[in-house]
Amino acid sequence: MTLLEFARGPGLQVALLIMIAGCVWRLTAILLLRRRPHLGASRHSRAGRVAGGIAMVFTRSLPRRTFWPRIASSVILSTVFHVGFAIIILCGAPHILLIHQITGISWPGLPKGIIVLVSGVTLASMIALLFRRMLHPVMRLLSTIDDYLSWLTVFLPILTGILLSGETIAGYETLLALHILSVELMMVWLPFGKLMHAGLVFASRAAMGVNFARKGAAT
Amino acid sequence: MTDVAAGMRGFVSNFGPTAALAMESCVHCGRCAEACQFYVQTEDPRYTPIHKIAPFKQAYEREVGPFAFVYRLFGLAPKVTEAEPTKWQDLIYDSCNMCGRCSLICPMGIDIADLVEQARHGMCEAGLVPTDFLGVLEEKEHATGSPFGLTTAALEKMLHDIGTRHGVVMHVDEPTADIIPTVSSIDLKTYPSSMAAIAKILNHMGASWTFRTDGFDADNVSLTAGDRIGQRSVTLGVIRAAKACGAKVLLMPECGHSFTEMRWEAANQSGAALPFRVLQITELLAEGISDGRIRVNKAPQTATYHDACQLSRRGGATAAPRIILQALGVDLHELEDAGDANWCCGGGGGVALIKRAQPLRDMAFQIKQRQVEATGVATVYTSCSGCRQTLDHGGKAVGWNKTVASLLELVADNLKD
Repeated sequence: MTLLEFARGPGLQVALLIMIAGCVWRLTAILLLRRRPHLGASRHSRAGRVAGGIAMVFTRSLPRRTFWPRIASSVILSTVFHVGFAIIILCGAPHILLIHQITGISWPGLPKGIIVLVSGVTLASMIALLFRRMLHPVMRLLSTIDDYLSWLTVFLPILTGILLSGETIAGYETLLALHILSVELMMVWLPFGKLMHAGLVFASRAAMGVNFARKGAAT
Repeated sequence: MTDVAAGMRGFVSNFGPTAALAMESCVHCGRCAEACQFYVQTEDPRYTPIHKIAPFKQAYEREVGPFAFVYRLFGLAPKVTEAEPTKWQDLIYDSCNMCGRCSLICPMGIDIADLVEQARHGMCEAGLVPTDFLGVLEEKEHATGSPFGLTTAALEKMLHDIGTRHGVVMHVDEPTADIIPTVSSIDLKTYPSSMAAIAKILNHMGASWTFRTDGFDADNVSLTAGDRIGQRSVTLGVIRAAKACGAKVLLMPECGHSFTEMRWEAANQSGAALPFRVLQITELLAEGISDGRIRVNKAPQTATYHDACQLSRRGGATAAPRIILQALGVDLHELEDAGDANWCCGGGGGVALIKRAQPLRDMAFQIKQRQVEATGVATVYTSCSGCRQTLDHGGKAVGWNKTVASLLELVADNLKD
C-alpha cells in the first residue's frame, strides 16, 4: 500500500470515524446537561427570541463600531483568514470535484492561480495571527497547547495545498498524500480542541441571541 | 474556612447547555480585554475577562466537560487547589463589575459576565467572598432581608420621617395595593429623598400603592456576593410581600443589579412565573409620561445621562430614560458610547463595597470623567443610586465640578400640579 493509498483509504476512514464520533460525543455531552427554565416574563415573543438568536449568528461576525479602534488588527486578520480558508475549500477545483464525487453537487470553481494567491494570503494571515498570539500579552496569557496545535493542524493543509499546486519539492502523488494526511490530522483533532468552534460558534451565538432577546438586552 | 472542592462543585452544579457552550467555545482571541475598563485602564492582562474564570474553566473541564474522564485520566486538568481561587479573588470580585461589555464584544457569543456570576457562586461556596464585601452585611441581610440590618419598626419610622420631612403622604404596610415600590440600601443610607420622590410620583398618578416593610429592600447584596441562599431569601421575601397585597406591579428602585434579580431571576428562584409585572422606575416613568398618567413641566437645561449597565445593556431599558429626558425638555448631550455600549461607573457588581478596590475604581472613573468633560455639561443624570454614589465618590476624589443627580428626583421635582 502506497502512502497515497493509505491516505485515501484507511487513513481517511479512521479520520472520518474519529471526527464524527468525537463531534457527536462532545455535542451530546453539552446538550444533555440539565436546562434551567426561564420563568421571568420575556420582553419578546417566542418568534422574537428565535429571530434574536438567528440575528446574532450573523451580527457577531463583526464588532460594534465603538470597539473597532482597539481590535481592528484582530478583526481584519481573523476575517482574512476565515474568508480565505472558505474560498480555498469551496472554490478550489479539486475540492469541488471531491464534493461532487461524494454528494453529486457541483459548482464552478476559481482558477488555480487565484486559489494559490488566496492560499498565500491566508497563510500569511495565519502567520501574523500566530505572532500576535505569541507576542500580545493578553493572548499569550490565554493561550494553551490547544491554540498552537489547532493552528498547526489548519496551517499544514494550506501549506501542503500550495506545495501541491506547484509540485515543487516532491512528486504529485507524494504531495497529494501529504496534503490528504494533513487534512486528516485536522479532522482527527477537530472534535477535541478549539477547532470545534467551527460548529460551536453558531450554537453559542444563537443561545446568547435568544437569551438576550428575552431581556431586550443589547446584541 | 475555605472549601475549594465545594466551591468548584458549586460552580459547575448549575451548569446548563448555554454555560457549557460558552465554556467550550472560547477561541482565546482576547478581544474581551479590550472592552473591559480594568484592562483598558491598566493594560494588565490579568484583567482579561475570560481569564478571570480560568480556575473555574479548569474545574468544568475536569468535572463536567465532554472529555472530563480524559482530563482526569491523563491529568490534563488537575484539581483546583486552594491557592488558585484565593489568588483569583481580586479578579472575580475586585475587578469585575459584571457590566457585560465583554459579553457585548465576544465574537463567539459568550456571556462572560454571566460566567463570572456563576464563578462567584463557587467562590462563595468555597468561603472566598472578600470579607469587607460581605462580612456583617450578609449576616444582617440573612437575618432581616436588609443589608443594613434594619428592622421592620425602624423602616416604618424611617419612611414616615422621610414623608414628613418632604411633605409627602407615605403609604406603609397597607393590606392591598396595585404597586409595591422597593428601595435600594444606598437610597436608605445616602439618598433618602429618592423614596420621597417615588411616593410623590405614585401619589401624583393616583395609584394604589404601599411600601411593604416585609419586602422592602431589593438591594440583594447576596446576589453580587455569589451567595445563592441569601439571594433567594431576599428575593422570595420581596415576592411574598408583593403577593400578599395582590400587587399588579413590583416597582424596582434606581438600582441596576436589583432589577436584574427581580426582573429576570426572581421567577426562576420562586419556581413559577410571577403574578405581577416587574418594572424599573424609569420604565414606569416613561410609560406614565407616554400614556398621560404622569404630567411633567419642562425643566430646560443641558445635561448628560449615564446608563446603568444592568438597566440598559443587560436589561433592555435603554430607551426609557431618554423618553423621560425628552419630555422634560432636557437638552441631552450623550456620552461617547452612550446607551448599550456605555462604560460602567466602576462600582457595579458590588465592587463599590470593596475597600481595596478603590484604586481600580478610580481608574475606571477616569473614563467616565473624560467622557462627561467632553460633553461640556455640568450635570450627569442616572437611574441607579449605585452608579450615582460611585460617580459622586469618584468626583469628590478628583475635585470634580459636576453634579451627579437622580432622574427619578428630577421627575418628582417637575410634576405638574
